[in-house]
Amino acid sequence: MLEINNLHAELETDADVTILKGLTLSIKPGEVHAIMGPNGSGKSTLSYVLSGKDGYSVTAGSAMLEGVDLLEMEPEERAAAGLFLAFQYPVEIPGVGNMTFLRTAVNAQRKARGEEELSAGDFLKEVRAKAKDLQIDADMLKRPVNVGFSGGEKKRNEILQMAMLEPKMCILDETDSGLDVDAMKLVADGVNALRSENRSFLVITHYQRLLDHIKPDFVHILADGKIIKSGGPELALEVENNGYADILAGAA
Amino acid sequence: MALAKLKQDATLARLAGITLPEGATWATAARSDALARLSAMGLPTRRDEYWRYTDPASLIVADAPPAALFDNGEAPLFAGVDRIALVFVDGVFDAAQSDDLAGAGIEIHRLADVAQRDIHWAKDLYGTLESRGQHPVERPLAALNTAIASDGIVIRATAKVQKPVHLVYLHQSETSDVTLHNLVRIEAGASLTLLETGPGAARLSTCLEVDIADAGQFHHIRAQGSDHERRAVTHCFAQLAAESVFKSFTLTFNGVLTRNECVIDMRGDDAVAHVAGACVGDGGDFHHDDTVFVTHDALRGESRQVFKKVLRNGAVGVFQGKILVKQGAQKTDGYQISQSLLLDDDSQFLAKPELEIYADDVACSHGSTTGAIDETALFYLRSRGVPMEAARNLLTLSFLAEALAEIEDQALAEELQTRLEGWLARRA
Ligand SMILES: Nc1ncnc2c1ncn2[C@@H]1O[C@H](COP(=O)(O)OP(=O)(O)OP(=O)(O)O)[C@@H](O)[C@H]1O
Ligand SMILES: [Mg+2]
Repeated sequence: MLEINNLHAELETDADVTILKGLTLSIKPGEVHAIMGPNGSGKSTLSYVLSGKDGYSVTAGSAMLEGVDLLEMEPEERAAAGLFLAFQYPVEIPGVGNMTFLRTAVNAQRKARGEEELSAGDFLKEVRAKAKDLQIDADMLKRPVNVGFSGGEKKRNEILQMAMLEPKMCILDETDSGLDVDAMKLVADGVNALRSENRSFLVITHYQRLLDHIKPDFVHILADGKIIKSGGPELALEVENNGYADILAGAA
Repeated sequence: MALAKLKQDATLARLAGITLPEGATWATAARSDALARLSAMGLPTRRDEYWRYTDPASLIVADAPPAALFDNGEAPLFAGVDRIALVFVDGVFDAAQSDDLAGAGIEIHRLADVAQRDIHWAKDLYGTLESRGQHPVERPLAALNTAIASDGIVIRATAKVQKPVHLVYLHQSETSDVTLHNLVRIEAGASLTLLETGPGAARLSTCLEVDIADAGQFHHIRAQGSDHERRAVTHCFAQLAAESVFKSFTLTFNGVLTRNECVIDMRGDDAVAHVAGACVGDGGDFHHDDTVFVTHDALRGESRQVFKKVLRNGAVGVFQGKILVKQGAQKTDGYQISQSLLLDDDSQFLAKPELEIYADDVACSHGSTTGAIDETALFYLRSRGVPMEAARNLLTLSFLAEALAEIEDQALAEELQTRLEGWLARRA
């Protein structure tokens, strides 16, 4: 599904700051991978570089989604190709209604893929059902995108977008941060409902707890722009219990 | 104070070519008075305090600069609204295209007709609010309008009028130079919605005087037409009695020069006045100026000014807005916001927000901002699959939304929103 090979990225404005320093990762269809790693190690940067945010230059390496070069595409093309990023910090957009935003996004992607646009009625039915599962009320759907939403509401809204857009490759950047215990369960249920043999997940998190709900096939430790250790779910437990010191020392 | 010699000469030269509309009627006296006012103050130049950002020259020259006709292929605005449509073609009233000058709870005349008759409320209003609105800031082009306008629409609402009156200004001659003067009198407890659309002429001057009696309501929605080369100077003078409501919204597309002045006098207690505008301009020829003056002269008045401008490719936007709270106008609630969204570095927004307050128990605030498209929001939209252009348009519309939200009638607001979407799509 997603093949990242020897990816190097630096800040566009400051070539002295290299953030990703040779990152390699292969995710097969249907798999769930988790990435953990110390603050500032480059986890969010990886998600931004993959989704095409301005400000970073890729200086070496590649990232392919189903054999297509992601790095050559505009952000909207990557989305239409099936990539989705649940933001660590979802953006507030005053003046744009959540519903308008969702429908514009869904139909733009359908159009880009040569599919028919969803009718207003079908769209509404689908949003309502999915919003209900995530306990997002009608009022939140009407409000401007993320404006005045609590931290947890923003994260649930990200998952609603993911559910509506039905991407193939989902990256979740600390979707668990700011969630209370019940909301974490809701979000995990939302993610698990989407799990299928054709859809893969890359879950960035600091805590084992989310991984109790969304069981990963593989866990990777990212430090200083590289994956320094990979393993099964037990690796997350090790981090939870001992922190990164041993792993970092072992890799050095 | 004596006028500068140059200004006086220029004014005299320009006025020498003007003949006032004929007839020995009350209107003749009002026009001569206006001409005298104008001679005393002189025509504006860029040296005048409120013309520093906008060059009045092309609004004054004897021969109006021509303006090519422009058809964007869109259906006429508000055609689906149940309304009383009154059509002017390059300033000439077109009875064949217009509805009857009549309606329930309303009295409608043409200025050209009432000027010959003794209709006391029209006579009392014509030039009166304009004349009073010359202080403390002079508005010579309004006096010029009062002096030379030979036609316009004169409306008196005596009840809650259901059908809006729609003044349709068609532009069919590339060289037309048009001056129209409209009067609206809202009797106590009555209400009226006035729609104005269209470029109207190569150069259009309109002056609207609105007198609202106790608890009367006046709603005004205007779209100035999308002809690229048109010029317009408009004035609105409103006088509000106790518990009355005045709400005006203007949408401006294109045009080389637009100056919209709105002068509001809140004389009765508990009155409400909202003035709002949204403008979108593209290109170095586009210059749009909103000049607003709200005077609070009574208790518990509420006023709002909300102006938003989207500017690109060297377009220029101007906002000059003032709230004056007179002594004794306690519990005034005055708000003013002017914002521009600059879509590139070539465009410019010039703002002059002013507060002048002589009462001690008031809540007044004002703000003015200039900004670009929010890159973070743009990326967020694109990451969800919304293409660049559509994402920019969505953010542009969201910027204008606060101004459009000032329109109370949802259907009318949506129609204007659709026009904005069309404008953005044409420019994509
Ligand atoms: N636009 C930027 N300008 C300056 N520095 C940046 C920028 N983007 C990332 N960095 C730096 O790159 C490093 C990696 O940041 P990144 O946000 O990817 O870390 P992270 O692993 O997601 O951390 P966290 O766990 O705290 O979310 C940090 O040192 C950060 O300060
Ligand atoms: Mg991060």
